[in-house]
Amino acid sequence: MSQTATHHEHAHDAHGHDAHGGHGHHEEPGFIKKYLWSTDHKMIAQQYMWTGMAMALIGGYLAYAFRMQLAFPGKFIPAYGYMSSLQYNTAVTNHGTIMIFWFAMPVLIAAFGNFLIPLMLGCDDMVFPRINRLSYQVFLLSAIVLIASFLVPGGGFNGAWTAYPPLSANSEYNMAHWGSTLWVLAVALEFVAFLLGGINFITTAMNSRAPGMRLWDMPLVVWMIVVASILFMASVGPLVAGAVMLLFDQNFGTFFFAPEKGGDPILWQHLFWFFGHPEVYVVLLPAMGMSGDIIATFSRKKLFAYKTLLYTVFGTGIISFFVWAHHQFIAGIDPRMANIFTVTTLIISVPIAEMCFLFIATLYGGSIRLTVPMLWGLAFVGEFLLGGVTGIFLGASGADIFFHDSYFVVAHFHYTFVPIAVIGFFMGFTYWSPKMFGLMLDETIGKIHFWITIVGFNMIFIPLFFTGLWGDHRRIYNYNNFSQQARPELQDLRIIATVGLLIMISAQVLFVINLIKSFLITKKKAGENPWQANTLEWQCPSPPPHGNFSTMPTVYRGPYEYSVPDRESDFFPQNEPPAA
Amino acid sequence: MSTAAKPIATLRSVTGVPTGRLAMWWLLASEIVIFGGLLMSYVMHRIGHPEWATEAAHTNTTAGAINTVVLLSSSLSAVLAHQAAQTGDGKKAARYLWLTILGACMFLVIKSFEWTHEIKEGFVLTRSGFWSFYYCAAGLHALHVIAGSIAMGIVAWDAAKGKELQRVEYAGIYWHFVDVVWVFLFPLLYIAK
Repeated sequence: MSQTATHHEHAHDAHGHDAHGGHGHHEEPGFIKKYLWSTDHKMIAQQYMWTGMAMALIGGYLAYAFRMQLAFPGKFIPAYGYMSSLQYNTAVTNHGTIMIFWFAMPVLIAAFGNFLIPLMLGCDDMVFPRINRLSYQVFLLSAIVLIASFLVPGGGFNGAWTAYPPLSANSEYNMAHWGSTLWVLAVALEFVAFLLGGINFITTAMNSRAPGMRLWDMPLVVWMIVVASILFMASVGPLVAGAVMLLFDQNFGTFFFAPEKGGDPILWQHLFWFFGHPEVYVVLLPAMGMSGDIIATFSRKKLFAYKTLLYTVFGTGIISFFVWAHHQFIAGIDPRMANIFTVTTLIISVPIAEMCFLFIATLYGGSIRLTVPMLWGLAFVGEFLLGGVTGIFLGASGADIFFHDSYFVVAHFHYTFVPIAVIGFFMGFTYWSPKMFGLMLDETIGKIHFWITIVGFNMIFIPLFFTGLWGDHRRIYNYNNFSQQARPELQDLRIIATVGLLIMISAQVLFVINLIKSFLITKKKAGENPWQANTLEWQCPSPPPHGNFSTMPTVYRGPYEYSVPDRESDFFPQNEPPAA
Repeated sequence: MSTAAKPIATLRSVTGVPTGRLAMWWLLASEIVIFGGLLMSYVMHRIGHPEWATEAAHTNTTAGAINTVVLLSSSLSAVLAHQAAQTGDGKKAARYLWLTILGACMFLVIKSFEWTHEIKEGFVLTRSGFWSFYYCAAGLHALHVIAGSIAMGIVAWDAAKGKELQRVEYAGIYWHFVDVVWVFLFPLLYIAK
């Protein structure tokens, strides 16, 4: 069966190729067609990436504002002004929303997915380029709607990124009628964008792999993005329905979530977390995949137990649908239910731990090259581990009753999401930017940037574990206003956390300097394969031209054949024909 | 401006299933969980609120039943359109698709009369939880009917010129899904008293 498929393939290839040859000559696309209206997967990836980075700036600015307020309550905040309690809630809500939906998702899944999937599978583009373009446009629209929600009367939405009703549903409580409506609308649009993108990712990986490439020859990161897309698709539906219901509650006076009229606010929590917990794995898996690819490349060793790793990924995906109620232990759910969800939650840490062990086993005995992407890759595994381990405390329903809504929770999920989003982004960017732009980044500035960012990050959240443990509630904007919560002896720790944030933010100046220096001044050419990696994206020019490959590649082996005995070079590209 | 040549990636078919059909199945998978979430929420609420049965008694079961027949018959013409497309007869496929769209329009017209009547009687969105779910679920389904009709219109337009005939099948698959959702909605919203 696969024989005939391959034959077809060649016929098509020859045909498609001719068409391309004729195409490239007379048509140099104009600015709009090239940058704004492009169907090229690499340009769409960049659009997602730059939009995501711009949104991360807004999210970071909001974090700066409310962390300053927490460290120096009621004082003037430079570049912000004085912060009211309503503004504080708006800032916290939108910080969370933006960092997850408009930074982690577009950068990790959409940007790297769009860039890597066709290149790594030996395609010239996604299977549906125009749907891909539509996906970005809907995403951009969603970002604009979200930003607009800050500017309408009443200000932005302030009901926390989880948007629990009745606070989110009733503008008498949240005092931001337009803001909350636009917020729900923006999130719903964003979901549509990622559903469109996800269909593209999944079908491309299923149907358009290069001749010779089996499913088990796909690089880890492609697998992970595809599994993440499937998880997203299978979990987001109920929340889309929930978003429609919430919009009705907000605007038409229905009572889906209004308990006084026979609705149920807990229903929203179920719909939200049925999506919200798989969502953690939706963003985690791509970052895991990137770190796996990077660790294998820079250990110059075959990835340890590739198939086992994938089975653990599938296991994680399946279990992730059965843990959501651990977010609701104190929402009044039946304690017997809480028991079940405690058990599933503790079980899901097993496959994740296994992934970490497999990465460590890959490192063991390797010829490790500590390049900048490798540093980020290792830091990802190490820092995420801290987030995972502290999750055990929260997954146990008994302990969670104590920890719930404290800064311990905040520190915990930032130890998962910052490695995923921030470290994951830098890991991917430093590794694939030579391919994306054809230019090498500066290693020295990159390393300084790495260390300062990591130190800043830990300085923020290690103190918060302690303040949380000692009882700091996470939803209070000025502890001095609440005599029981004041705890002046914790103020030093709160200030340390804020200083850590300032360090982490200022470190990003180095990243910008690095971009300017490397891309505008030194312009050191990357060449096709600067890291001497095996996967297909490194076997075409940097940056890849329209259509990617000069001859469409055929695949002969898996992606991790490093340090193969009896070979001169220590890597073995997937498309290199075996010696006769 | 002519549409650009399709990329090689689009022409490949490693699984043997045409990429368009594969994408349609994934689209339906994502739709199933959307309606699944909504209907699960409704069913859970319905079990918790036996008094909604008296509200549900005011739905127009006859109109719902007629609409079920209309929608199911429109699926027949979608199948016939697919058959015609398979034999390469784009014009005939387009005619059958227009017939399907006619069925969709009839469904919407009947629905609008039905809803007008109900709203006049005071059974509005905010009357009780039942009516909220009723209008929300049936409204979301109606949106799918409209979207499906537009999609079929575009496909029929191309098919009449003999272009992209494979899309007739994909439009049909989508239309069957819209039908199946209604097959769940009708008993849950109209018949269950």
